[in-house]
Amino acid sequence: MNRTAPTRHDEAWRYSDISAVEAAWPLAAPESIIVPAGGNFARTILQDTGSIHQLNIAIGKGATTAIHVLNIGGDYGRVELNVTLHEGADFKLGAVQIGGGTQNLEIITTVTHAEPKATSSQIVRSVLAGTATGTYLGKVAVARDAQLTDSVQSVKAMLLDRSATANAKPELEIYADDVKCTHGCAIGELDAMGLFYLQARGIAPADAKKLMLQAFVAGVFEGAGDEEMLTDAALKKLGELV
Amino acid sequence: MLQITNLHANVGDKPILKGLTLSLNAGEIHAIMGPNGAGKSTLGYVLSGRPGYEVTEGSVTFNGQDLLALEPHERAAAGLFLGFQYPVEIPGVSNVQFLREALNAQRKNRGEAPLSGAEFLKVAREQAGALGMDMDMLKRPVNVGFSGGEKKRNEMVQMGIINPALAILDETDSGLDIDALRTVGDGINRIMRKPDKVVLLITHYQRLLDYVKPDFVHVLADGRITRTGGAELALELERNGYKELAA
Repeated sequence: MNRTAPTRHDEAWRYSDISAVEAAWPLAAPESIIVPAGGNFARTILQDTGSIHQLNIAIGKGATTAIHVLNIGGDYGRVELNVTLHEGADFKLGAVQIGGGTQNLEIITTVTHAEPKATSSQIVRSVLAGTATGTYLGKVAVARDAQLTDSVQSVKAMLLDRSATANAKPELEIYADDVKCTHGCAIGELDAMGLFYLQARGIAPADAKKLMLQAFVAGVFEGAGDEEMLTDAALKKLGELV
Repeated sequence: MLQITNLHANVGDKPILKGLTLSLNAGEIHAIMGPNGAGKSTLGYVLSGRPGYEVTEGSVTFNGQDLLALEPHERAAAGLFLGFQYPVEIPGVSNVQFLREALNAQRKNRGEAPLSGAEFLKVAREQAGALGMDMDMLKRPVNVGFSGGEKKRNEMVQMGIINPALAILDETDSGLDIDALRTVGDGINRIMRKPDKVVLLITHYQRLLDYVKPDFVHVLADGRITRTGGAELALELERNGYKELAA
């Protein structure tokens, strides 16, 4: 195992708060999760203290895994998922990160379709204010024999202030020839006309912003066992930013 | 009730309104007609406080209050409703949530108690029913996937729920087929034709005025009111066009 702390030259740590990473180094070994063939696994990760979470997940033949992430706390927070899908397995990620002040938050995923007919879907939404930085690095790798892979990635970031930063890097590495991999990535600001519409109906500016941001992250936690807790925590954090 | 005096306004650096004066009294319905680019929509946006529409001269008072000093949401709470020419789609927010939040924000601003979910739904059901909109549509995200006509109908449902004192309706008739035009016209009459309310209809065409009979018709050209008359003026405009009247 690599015992030296990463630097900015390591692509997966390029936008990280390196001094925070060094302070936390050496990290504990990543949590290893093996979902047996035909099994179902679900996990909610609420990062609200400023910590680094690393998970390695191997999803067995025909098994399903759903991970929901809310990355909101501390000066530096990182959630890193390494997922390997075996034949016909399914992986779903719904992730939201919301940062203000000088926070640096990041979600890094590597999803490897090692065998045929596996499906993966990743939705990531970031909301950033102040001088916060939010990063999503998402790699989807499809092995040579992993035909009939179906992979979807939807990545969107919303900047509330001109001084905030969003980094997004969706990445595809495909060695099979009969696959369906789609990805979309957008970074934007709140729609001015939408905000005016809400205000013209009597909603105060901060509440109008909150309503639109709520809409922006809506649906990401759908189906999560902790949907209500995650939604409440996300709304509370959004309320602090507007 | 609404007094607009010598109003000048810019959009960006471009002067659009150039000394517009208009007086609207309670119980009246006024129509503003005029060619494209005359400043009709700008007037609606200036009165409702859209950012980027800058008043450079003149005044607007609403029930004696300086309207231009208020934020858009405060104008709404004071009783102003703008019916949008292009109602905005807001994915992820349901009509019901949006309208309940809007209505209760206005009530709070006026020092009134909020409506409970049940009370709100009763009002919403009545208004949607009167405008031929089913409750399923009210539960859908605001205007998302609505046709042009459905969006305009939704504006009228919102107006019915909010029940404003002053409605500025910006081309509410555009995009409507004949049946929808009648429904919307009936809605305007039912909700707004009252002794303590006033309506400013912004329109290109006479056809809405067949259903909502105006007390006054004004011609807006090049940022000013160039002519005022009764309902018959709209018919005259329809026959002769704006050209000779605008001068």
